[in-house]
Amino acid sequence: MMESIAAMWSALPELLRVSLVIQGKILLIIVPVMLSVAYLTYAERRVIGYMQRRRGPNRVGYYGLLQPIADGLKLLSKEVILPTNANRFLFLLAPILSIGPALAAWAVIPFSEGWILADIDAALLYVLALTAIGVYGVIIAGWASNSKYAFLGAMRSAAQMVSYEIAMGFALVGVLMAGGSLNLGAITQAQEGGLFSWFWLPLLPLFVVYFIAGVAETNRLPFDVAEGESEIVAGFHVEYSGMAFAIFFLAEYANMILIAALAGVLFLGGWQSPFPDGTDGLHWFLVKTAVMAFFYLWFRATFPRYRYDQVMRLGWKVFIPVTIIWIFVEGVMAWFQVGPWSV
Amino acid sequence: MTSQFLPLLPEITLAIGACVVLVVDLFVPAERRDTTYLLALAALVATLVATVVGQPDGVRILFGGSYIADPMSRLLKLAVIVLTFFVFVYSRPYLAGRGLYNGEFFALGLFGLLGMLIMISGYSMLTVYLGLELLSLCQYALVAFNRDSPRASEAAMKYFVLGAFASGMLLYGMSLIYGLTGSLEVIEIHNYLIRNGVDQIGALLGLIFIIVGLSFKLGAVPFHAWVPDVYEGAPTAVALYIASAPKVAAFALFMRMLAEGLGVLQADWQVMLAVLAVLSLVLGNVVAIAQTNLKRMLAYSTISHVGFILLGILAGTAQGYSAAMFYVIFYAMVTAGAFGMIILLSRRGLEAEQLEDFRGLNARSPWFALMMLFIMFSMAGVPPFAGFYAKLSVLRAVVQVDEIWLAIVAVVFSVVGAFYYLRVVKLMYFDEPVETGAFQEGGGLRAALSVNGLSMLALGLYPAALMSWCVAAVSW
Amino acid sequence: MPVEQITFWIFSAIMIASALRVITARNPVHSVLFLVLTFFTAAALWLLLEAEFLGIVLVLVYVGAVMVLFLFVVMMIDVNIAPLREGFVRFLPLGALVGIVMVAELVLIVGPRYFGSDRYEAPPSAPADYSNTEALGRLLYSEYLYQFEIAAFILLVSIIAAITLTMRKRPETTKYQTPGNQVRADRADRLRVVRMDSERRERP
Repeated sequence: MMESIAAMWSALPELLRVSLVIQGKILLIIVPVMLSVAYLTYAERRVIGYMQRRRGPNRVGYYGLLQPIADGLKLLSKEVILPTNANRFLFLLAPILSIGPALAAWAVIPFSEGWILADIDAALLYVLALTAIGVYGVIIAGWASNSKYAFLGAMRSAAQMVSYEIAMGFALVGVLMAGGSLNLGAITQAQEGGLFSWFWLPLLPLFVVYFIAGVAETNRLPFDVAEGESEIVAGFHVEYSGMAFAIFFLAEYANMILIAALAGVLFLGGWQSPFPDGTDGLHWFLVKTAVMAFFYLWFRATFPRYRYDQVMRLGWKVFIPVTIIWIFVEGVMAWFQVGPWSV
Repeated sequence: MTSQFLPLLPEITLAIGACVVLVVDLFVPAERRDTTYLLALAALVATLVATVVGQPDGVRILFGGSYIADPMSRLLKLAVIVLTFFVFVYSRPYLAGRGLYNGEFFALGLFGLLGMLIMISGYSMLTVYLGLELLSLCQYALVAFNRDSPRASEAAMKYFVLGAFASGMLLYGMSLIYGLTGSLEVIEIHNYLIRNGVDQIGALLGLIFIIVGLSFKLGAVPFHAWVPDVYEGAPTAVALYIASAPKVAAFALFMRMLAEGLGVLQADWQVMLAVLAVLSLVLGNVVAIAQTNLKRMLAYSTISHVGFILLGILAGTAQGYSAAMFYVIFYAMVTAGAFGMIILLSRRGLEAEQLEDFRGLNARSPWFALMMLFIMFSMAGVPPFAGFYAKLSVLRAVVQVDEIWLAIVAVVFSVVGAFYYLRVVKLMYFDEPVETGAFQEGGGLRAALSVNGLSMLALGLYPAALMSWCVAAVSW
Repeated sequence: MPVEQITFWIFSAIMIASALRVITARNPVHSVLFLVLTFFTAAALWLLLEAEFLGIVLVLVYVGAVMVLFLFVVMMIDVNIAPLREGFVRFLPLGALVGIVMVAELVLIVGPRYFGSDRYEAPPSAPADYSNTEALGRLLYSEYLYQFEIAAFILLVSIIAAITLTMRKRPETTKYQTPGNQVRADRADRLRVVRMDSERRERP
């Protein structure tokens, strides 16, 4: 039996074999990511529930564990409504444009030493580029819906994401200066040596800016002015229903996990153990991602929404100067061989 | 390392100065704006000193052939720095009277000057292009500087669109030359063309695109459409800036690209420049006659002067180059003076840009009428003023390379041109004043205008003072 | 045909088709979106040339930032295309002539005669550990330092120009919040906790 499978395998043309292996790896990444997305929504409702002294969903399955599945089934069975005069093609393209980059960015994340789908040199840039593309889903959705609320939301989110991308990019410049590479695996390895040699400590201002900018990039509370339920109903996806809406939802949560995972890789040592002689591995990566993702939920339960102009002010007048100053400090320290940057 | 950057001292000084002006201006209250103005002048003086002191003698080529410090760059740099100084002095009262007295004018002016210095010292196509863009960006913004004037906005829009188009042309030509010769450096291109011979069509097309782009920036016919609109639409202070120093820098571009880089193709670009020069001379002088707006008239007069400058370049000899260099410096000075006069006569609510506004100037102020007389006579080429010598030396260079017919065209249309310059003189001396309002305040403006006017006479009497520099500058 | 060539042809075809659509699309927003697609496929072609840094930066800067702002503006101003098309027929002959001349020149020059593959042999492909990000960085900060600095000044000037032309002082009556003051606000200045004994209300 095994032999015949092996024989069939080697009979396939090489190109096909390579592509099958890659597709298998992609599945190995995407399926867990999607499952995490599903259970992040569950976790969000439970965590916020407890923070607000209520229970959250606990009816479907043990402790409500089947709730995400039930939600998914419900959304699948609903009709996707096309608004009148909406641009049909773009309206349907928008959700795809928003989930595509959210998933594609996982290709360069190192889950553990050597566990990486595409070990490319410019990985950090690739991630930035993909998060930049993600904004098109939002803008196109807002425009194609032919609805004022959706359009307002799209405009807000476009401005917000473009602004925060700069702060985020600068924060990552600091990381690449410290790590000496754009490759995420190499950056992780540069943080070898336990809790205090991770980059969060020397790059603390950048870490804070990065994560807050990440929250803004994903349009999450307290920066969710693009959705702003109390002002513009649901912002850019107000006209979406059923599975089309669900895809936006998935993209948002996939992006949250991505930002959390990146924070883990870039500032918290990725797969490395916080103890100098602890065992490294996938579990540390997962723990760090989970902790960072928890912050998202915590923020949402704690902070009121920023007003739109305050969001912009924070991005341009606080974060960007902070990052520039810290990059300068870092450069000076690297030049004089002070601290962790004895290049 | 230090010695490597020493020739860059003027650029570095100016860049720092411009940044200081920009930052200090943020903290200066509006009523103390003179601080910014004085700082900008100080930055210019410092740059001037750096150019005189810092630039080594002889020829120095830096950054792998993308920067050159030679006698020509030194002379032209001094010229643009001094001209910008005059521009700032002239502009101050104009801006102050119209609520435009902002630090950004000086910051943009200084950055534009930085662009000019870079162009003058640029020795690779990339550097030259970047310098040109730096200058152009400042110019676009300055033209639109008076945001509430629809005319200025329109002029800025036209200038920007056409300017971007011309930059595209220039880049296209550069990329063709780069593709054929495999190098961006002027010296390498020159060597390649000498070594491998000229591959006609390819290099020619590159040459055509480069000439189109450069002629646009200089304002030669048929790429002159923007000149009158921009001169007329922009605030006078900005028109003054655009009309003077940048032409000197554009001349440097012609020298670096055509005379030095593509010198092998001289026979080809001579013909092209001849066409441009003749068209500019004819159209500039003829259309200028019909203008009643002095700024538009100066625009067409610029076009005709550009024709003369091109004549000097196309002669292709050291004599021609030095004559063209003398001409362009003279032209920038005299134009600055003419715009300075417009500013002197203008005040809030009156731009003094109509010919009528100069009526009877002699009765109001004999001294400044005399200065305007010097300027107009210089432009017309009446001896013993500087313009006469400038035109004469260009014509001599053209005749020496046996392009007699070009010289004849130039002389004929100079005579045509003399008509509209002398008309201004007639208005000033033989007509009764209609306007009797006071002149623009500002001792600096008056002093600078007097210096400017008198220098026209001085240069005409002792042209050798500048000419010997020009000759030395092109004797590579 | 090797995979690279197939990929090249596919991306080139998409690129040319979408570039054509940029100028033929009736709706300006569609034009911009096609332009985005053009940039994106161009980036893919860069990747094929092993210029991954340039390719990704093209996506990051042009697709991710420049075109977003572009789209932003185009969506906001609601371009009416009809007046722009006026005089199309009148200017067509001249435009077509100029276009044809340009194309003819291009074909003449950028053909196999000057830029044929026999004149420019393909550079050897870089080893796997070659990082063109690093290579570019080294060049930018050494050989092209001067040009790099000039480019920085050009960007500075464009910022100054944009701010000069657009920033207006609001009228004096505009109310501002000063975040600094908001942050400095202290409870002691605003709030007084008064301790009062509870009173018993007299029943009548």
